[in-house]
Amino acid sequence: MLKIKNLHASIDGKEILKGINLEVKAGEIHAIMGPNGSGKSTLSAVLAGREEYEVTAGSVSFGGKDILELKPEDRAREGLFLAFQYPIEIPGVSNINFLKTAINETRAYKGMEPVSAKEFLAMVKEKSALVELDAKLANRSVNEGFSGGEKKRNEIFQMAMLNPKLSILDETDSGLDIDALRIVAKGVNQLKSPTNATIVITHYQRLLDYIIPDFVHVLYNGRIVKTGGKELALELEEKGYDWIKELI
Amino acid sequence: MHQFEYLKMENKKLEELQQVIVQPSNPKKDQLLETFKSLDYSVEGEYYQNLRKEALAEIAALELPTSGTEFWKYTRLGKIVNKKYQVVKGKIDSIQPFLIPNLDANIIVLINGFYNAELSAITEQDGIVISSLSEAKQKNVEQLKSTFNQYTKNRNELFLAINNAFHTDGVYIQIGKNKIAEKPYHIINITTHDNILAQTRNLFVADKNSSVKIIESFVNIHGKENFINSVAELIVGENAFLEYNKIQDKNEENYTISTEQVYQNANSNFTINTATFNGALVRNNLTIEVDASNCETNLSGLYLGKNNDHIDNHTIVDHKKPHCNSNEIYRGVLDDSSTGVFNGKVFVRQHAQKTNAFQKNNTILLSDDAVSNSKPELEIYADDVKCSHGSTTGQIDEEAVFYLQSRGVSRKSAINLMINAFAKDTLEKVSIDALHNYINTKIEERFA
Amino acid sequence: MAYSEDELKKELKDQEYKYGFTSNIASEVIPKGLNEDVVRLISTKKNEPQWLLDFRLKAFAHWKTMVEKRWAHVSYPTIDFQNISYYAAPKGKKEVSWDEVDPEMKATMDKLGISMDEQKALSGVAVDFVFDSVSVKTSFKEKLGELGVIFCSFSEAVAEHPELVKKYLGSVVPSTDNFYAALNSAVFSDGSFCYIPKGVRCPMELSTYFRINEANTGQFERTLLIADENSYVSYLEGCTAPMRDENQLHAAVVELISLDGAEIKYSTVQNWYPGDKDGKGGIYNFVTKRGICYTGSKISWTQVETGSAVTWKYPSCILKGDNSIGEFYSVAVTNHYQQADTGTKMIHLGKNTKSTIISKGISAGFSNNSYRGLVQINKNATNARNFTQCDSLLMSDHCGAHTFPYIEVKNSTAKIEHEATTSKIGEDQIFYCNQRGISTEKAINLIVNGYCKDVLNKLPMEFAVEAQKLLEISLEGSVG
Repeated sequence: MLKIKNLHASIDGKEILKGINLEVKAGEIHAIMGPNGSGKSTLSAVLAGREEYEVTAGSVSFGGKDILELKPEDRAREGLFLAFQYPIEIPGVSNINFLKTAINETRAYKGMEPVSAKEFLAMVKEKSALVELDAKLANRSVNEGFSGGEKKRNEIFQMAMLNPKLSILDETDSGLDIDALRIVAKGVNQLKSPTNATIVITHYQRLLDYIIPDFVHVLYNGRIVKTGGKELALELEEKGYDWIKELI
Repeated sequence: MHQFEYLKMENKKLEELQQVIVQPSNPKKDQLLETFKSLDYSVEGEYYQNLRKEALAEIAALELPTSGTEFWKYTRLGKIVNKKYQVVKGKIDSIQPFLIPNLDANIIVLINGFYNAELSAITEQDGIVISSLSEAKQKNVEQLKSTFNQYTKNRNELFLAINNAFHTDGVYIQIGKNKIAEKPYHIINITTHDNILAQTRNLFVADKNSSVKIIESFVNIHGKENFINSVAELIVGENAFLEYNKIQDKNEENYTISTEQVYQNANSNFTINTATFNGALVRNNLTIEVDASNCETNLSGLYLGKNNDHIDNHTIVDHKKPHCNSNEIYRGVLDDSSTGVFNGKVFVRQHAQKTNAFQKNNTILLSDDAVSNSKPELEIYADDVKCSHGSTTGQIDEEAVFYLQSRGVSRKSAINLMINAFAKDTLEKVSIDALHNYINTKIEERFA
Repeated sequence: MAYSEDELKKELKDQEYKYGFTSNIASEVIPKGLNEDVVRLISTKKNEPQWLLDFRLKAFAHWKTMVEKRWAHVSYPTIDFQNISYYAAPKGKKEVSWDEVDPEMKATMDKLGISMDEQKALSGVAVDFVFDSVSVKTSFKEKLGELGVIFCSFSEAVAEHPELVKKYLGSVVPSTDNFYAALNSAVFSDGSFCYIPKGVRCPMELSTYFRINEANTGQFERTLLIADENSYVSYLEGCTAPMRDENQLHAAVVELISLDGAEIKYSTVQNWYPGDKDGKGGIYNFVTKRGICYTGSKISWTQVETGSAVTWKYPSCILKGDNSIGEFYSVAVTNHYQQADTGTKMIHLGKNTKSTIISKGISAGFSNNSYRGLVQINKNATNARNFTQCDSLLMSDHCGAHTFPYIEVKNSTAKIEHEATTSKIGEDQIFYCNQRGISTEKAINLIVNGYCKDVLNKLPMEFAVEAQKLLEISLEGSVG
């Protein structure tokens, strides 16, 4: 589904990613862990298409397409979803209107008819229940006045609504209490299917108690320095990131 | 036409500017100009005399501001222009009453618009030039050619033009490259007799990487119906730091029009703090041109009006280049029949991307006869900016007063406590401790 | 919001100014030029009583002594007032029934989407249609008449309700008020008149639709709206004009009188032709709108300004009575070379008076958009309150967004809060939308609509949808 080969990226002339190689297949959950400043969020931003980052080498193919050539919205329409570490507030724009626009633009891209109001509302009801998001929040402005936990749950709610092929959760667990974490994880797990995949980017092992990864990658200084199974996360938690420094 | 029009004028062709329109004579304007008839500038070189002549042409083209002049909308000049004045050198015995307690500073004394060397006390420092402006005009010709009167021409302000043409004397301070002034400079600007018209002219230049703090106190001894029309030019060099503190404490029968024209070079830091404690009519025109990147500009002002005071602060921060920050806060406490005017203008020009400009004006009215006029303005031509202004006018927060009362504080004390806090917060950026204490003491005395 | 995606897409394809057609209607236009005879001629053509002619002549005499003030942050060439025709009217007698309306006129109304046919009108909005200088047709008149509501053209009101017109005309905007108000007072041609009797809650939205058709004419309409004690009315106003290369002048005067306990909600969607993308042509929109509030009454102005080459307009409230309330909600969009200087004046005279100002400016292209507002608390206005929020959004690096508030306080019990912000449209917000599959253009539409929501929400439903579409069309291709 996703093939990253020798990806190098920099911002303001400073190289952050120094040769990332990663392959994600349908049905898999990958966790990417690493200390602060290792390039975790840069990787997600580059995949989603933030313009500030310059890709200096390497390739990324997604569903067989070279996504580095695509605009951010087309990457999203191809089925790439990024749950933001810091979800953005858009005053005055209701969640519902926002999602309806997103879904219909994606459908138009695929040559499909717009979603009917009835179908859409049914979907909102179903998916908001999944993340235990109060239906009232759906009518509020996007992320405006939401608590930290609500914002993160709203990201998973949007993910459920947009039904992406590949979801990237960028530090979705940061700042969440245990209940919110459980709800977010439950949502992610329920959305898991043999045809989609998830990349969980996190600093802490805690989230991985709830979302069980098939693979754990350790990112350090712009490279993946170690890959293993879910037990790697535990080992990392126990030994700390200094252990990684010793490894290389 | 008001002063902001100079922006448009920059684009005009030179020949258009030279087509001077001479306004019909106005008896009040003529009477004012009559005051300077006896002044003789022949000792000055031709270069300076020409500058004065240019200013005369400007004066001819400008009318006395009226209620229809937008830039003078809230300030009537009748009090000033209906009187006859004289230019006289004065004398005083002691400057003791005007010293700031515990302040270790170089002292410069200006009396009625003239430099007084005898009362001044300056410790010489290598790389720093300090003298009367008239002396500098003779001795520092080259430096003055790139600084003096360079940012005060064609501003379409009559009183600035009058100072350009008829200024008497003032102080010149030049802090050389990489020099840090060891002590602050305290300028005591005094008027002495009745009906004095003082036209001080100061020039402060902080060269590259230099640092200096200046205080100027505007005071008077005896004398009523005095009018001071002062101008200061402040040029802040690359990576230089200049702090200018202005204390206006003339008695209620004195009039002030005071202009500061500031020019900032790259990476420079300029701070101005203005405290106005009194004044029958005080008008401050502060214009800061931020003409280079990465500058920081701080403007703070506190005005305390009582009786029939009229205190008017006009400020312009003109952001011309990207990546600069400006912070402005002006606060007024107005009692009795006093009037406070605030007009703050922030320009962000097309090339000044990534500008952050913040402006605040808060006023408290203590009496039903007090008046506050506030005009915070933003004029923005660049898109990637963060600018905001806020203005509030009101009373002391009654709930806070009640809270203090419920803790056993009398209502009067509670209100005074609140005003003290409100006023003192304004001038946080004064970095000279002795001055800060002095200002705070004055606030406490007023609201005790 | 209740619009369908399809409708929106269709609208968006229609990028040009869609009201820019000209109607081929025979009309009577008096020769260009302005002098006392022209003023008399207009009055004669309209069969006016002497007192109204006197009103006009007094205004004209004063206008001649006035100099146009240029303090607004807009620039335009000197207007040659002798090169304008001051009266244009569709030929033929004044229509009485729908069947007698000129078919070409009917077609024009259809194109503009105005429903005059009372049988077919489902929206429940009573409409007065002013074409060039003359009110053409007012719908639902009889039905409103049953409640005592008078809603007719200004000329008709002069003929049938002279006592009301005489009492209130010029009572809020004196004929000497300002240069363009004086001009209007001298040469106004027609407009709408409305009177809501005591205690009546007007059951439908009243609406006036203004259309400039004829070339080289100016439009000078006059609206007078009186809400008697404890009544309520919601009034809408829409404006369009053909695309022409020359500039045309529109100088209207609107006067609102809100008597004790009454409430007037006045909404405007101003979409005069803005000129083309190079700044050629377009309407000069110099309008004086003012209302007076008596005890316990309220006036609420809502405006969505997307049209006109130059706009100069400050819908204001004189809060004369104790406990009266004034509100101003505005969205002003400027694109290409448009210039707008708009805002409000809240004059607090009575005790416990309150005012709220919410202004949202959006500048794109090479345009300049200014907020200018006055909040004045007078000496006797004890416990007056004002809250002002004015925000500016910048969409290109060649446009300007300016804020010029005037806050004058003469009473110590007043509480005034003014806040203003200016910022670029958020790149983070656009990227967030992009990441959800929303294109940049669409993202901007969403964000802009969200930004204006507080104001759009104040509009009646039909207008809100129209306004929303207008915003999108106005900002087409403005992504900078």
